[in-house]
Amino acid sequence: MSAEAALEPPPPSLADRLNPEGAPAQPLPIAVARLALIGAPNCGKTALFNALTGARQKVANYAGVTVERKEGAITAADGWRARVLDLPGTYSLRARSPDEVVTRDAVLGRLQGEAPPDVLVCIADATNLKGALRLVLELKQVGRPMVLALNMFDIAERQGWRIDLEGLSRELGVPVVTTVATRKRGVDALLAAVQGVARGPAARSSEVVWREPGPVELRTAHREAERIRKACVALPARPDTLTGKLDSVLLHPVFGSVILLGLLFLMFQAVFTWAQPLMDLIKAGFDHLGVLVGQTFPPGLLRSLISEGVISGVGSVLVFLPQILILFLFIIVLEDLGYMARAAFLMDRVMGGAGLHGRAFIPLLSSFACAIPGVMGARVIDNKRDRLTTILVAPLMTCSARIPVYTLIISAFIPNRTVWGVASLQGLVMFGLYAAGIVSALSVGFVIRKLFWRGAAEPFLMELPAYKLPDPKNVLMGVWTRAKIFLTRAGTVILAMMVLIWFLSSTPSAPPGALGPAINYSFAGLLGHAMEPLLAPIGFTWQMAVALVPAMAAREVAVAALGTVYAVQGGEDAVGPLAGVLHAHWSMASALAMLAWFIFAPQCASTLGVVKRETNSWKWPAIMFAYMTALAYAAAFLTFHIARAAGA
Amino acid sequence: MLKRLQDSPVRSTLAAPVHMSGGVAPLGWGARGFRGVVTSVGAGGATRGASGLESSELERRLLEIGFVEGARIEILHEGALGGDPIAVRIDDARVALRRREADSVLVQVEAGRLRPRRNLAA
Repeated sequence: MSAEAALEPPPPSLADRLNPEGAPAQPLPIAVARLALIGAPNCGKTALFNALTGARQKVANYAGVTVERKEGAITAADGWRARVLDLPGTYSLRARSPDEVVTRDAVLGRLQGEAPPDVLVCIADATNLKGALRLVLELKQVGRPMVLALNMFDIAERQGWRIDLEGLSRELGVPVVTTVATRKRGVDALLAAVQGVARGPAARSSEVVWREPGPVELRTAHREAERIRKACVALPARPDTLTGKLDSVLLHPVFGSVILLGLLFLMFQAVFTWAQPLMDLIKAGFDHLGVLVGQTFPPGLLRSLISEGVISGVGSVLVFLPQILILFLFIIVLEDLGYMARAAFLMDRVMGGAGLHGRAFIPLLSSFACAIPGVMGARVIDNKRDRLTTILVAPLMTCSARIPVYTLIISAFIPNRTVWGVASLQGLVMFGLYAAGIVSALSVGFVIRKLFWRGAAEPFLMELPAYKLPDPKNVLMGVWTRAKIFLTRAGTVILAMMVLIWFLSSTPSAPPGALGPAINYSFAGLLGHAMEPLLAPIGFTWQMAVALVPAMAAREVAVAALGTVYAVQGGEDAVGPLAGVLHAHWSMASALAMLAWFIFAPQCASTLGVVKRETNSWKWPAIMFAYMTALAYAAAFLTFHIARAAGA
Repeated sequence: MLKRLQDSPVRSTLAAPVHMSGGVAPLGWGARGFRGVVTSVGAGGATRGASGLESSELERRLLEIGFVEGARIEILHEGALGGDPIAVRIDDARVALRRREADSVLVQVEAGRLRPRRNLAA
């Protein structure tokens, strides 16, 4: 905690403090240098950041943009202190994605609300120096003090690369150190080199010169990098042959796709089966808490707010934490392995057919757990239009919050019998709902591309990194960072939303002696009744309409809301009796229409909130809400009328 | 001996794999195992604006990812559907890209064959 507090006050820049002319009269605080880590994706930058700062990290967003800002504190053995900024990975300063723009502007000192770094630490994968040398040459133009860290040096040694460190340092004009971030090797040497350049004379160039290189400059940089590489690096005696061998299986047109499907299957199993015990535990915990509050507080508005608004509201979202953690565990492990680029390669043609980028595959996959990580994950896509398309279709993927709703309606209306000898009819309907989600996401992507953003397809151009064993500690830290982001959101935005929806569902309270459940008399009830004429053409009763209001908090709240509306005691635990009640009250056509509605409806206020944050405008959540509602209405309308015509 | 194929009408009529030894061909035409040395990047002629980017922007991106005159390249893998995208070794790095963009990289062919691509003339 104290380490984080120490990060708060922005210290004067090191350059100012070293400036003899402008030296202030009062004694200076202990010098805190600002370091910025910069490097290509997959160079082990985050691992080095973790090795440097340990748990002393703070994750937030850069001012005004939704790019993750990771900062940490270092205190060297001699008391020297520094703040380290882990900049988003980039191959060059010619930024294209919002993340790369942040990196460029931070390096150039143009980033709003961010003091320019005193020392740049450029990190290179020691086994893949060519591209890194070009980045170093480009960064040199910026004129800030810089240190080059050759990371993953153990792998380079094992492969027998011979790198002339002194020669490299002489050619580049910057200190060069070797590091093995995962084992914290070379961290002290790196810090010593950083201190050396920070105290050096070069620490004072306030006017930064850099301009975007054109093709001619790029070719010159290539030649220069190649010259330096030839002069200082001898090709490895035992080059990495494993990556090639693995790729011939994992990128094989047939086996590669089969393995990818197998991995996806495993991932789904993990997300939906392994998470279950933990989810039950969390749910039981919140239920227990609710009961405790019920016993402690006298009946009334306050008790209702705490137990129904706060506890069950936040609990209904927090229950997804295990799924989100398992999902991110898979994603981070596969990413660190180097497999995600292969998955994008294998899926590019399929995604491309729908007007989506190969990289949209991962965000859309995440959306099966929850659209929120999916929308956030779309950041990996450089092109703005491709990113927006991905964000707009992500909520169509069947998120796990729909499962309780689907399960309830299916168990109430779909007979549990076996078809074609093997498959269960209920299972088939569930599968059909998932398939409908996927097909609709791809179709909407296709329509957006064809109708609105014609032409201008972003090229699919990406590095396939060498395979590496993920470092367990870094994986866990990555998962923990995600967990913190999710928990923060559940504690702020989602909590506020839940309280609002609780308010709508519980006020005004039912008059004394009123018949029927209290929600009928609330704003939500009024809204439900008001919406009834609108929803009647798609076969929804007013009870269904009322349930849709609190379901804006999270889709699965619809189950509890239906329980409330039909005055079934026990809420979500009472799926059995509730299914019976629904069976008695709804027609088959209405039930199917409800299923169709939930495939498309934007029934999740938090997703809309995240879309607003990610796109920095209310325009896109509004568009998302409009198109999804229209689709949901149309789908439910068609389903209802076709089912009724068929006699259901 | 095949001459600069991107200037020839043969492209739209290729019906069978063409074995090559020597000559210059766009990278986007190669089949698995196609290898050689890059002679020109972002020539533009081969793309006919098929890629969504301005040709200078595409040229810069190709250069940034490592396609530069003189680089040794080989097509390592082809996607399952229509052989697209392709995985290419550039010196000692690996890069994935679509054939549409790969068309802007011209290669002095050392070995390998071309893929039949009949539907691209449109």
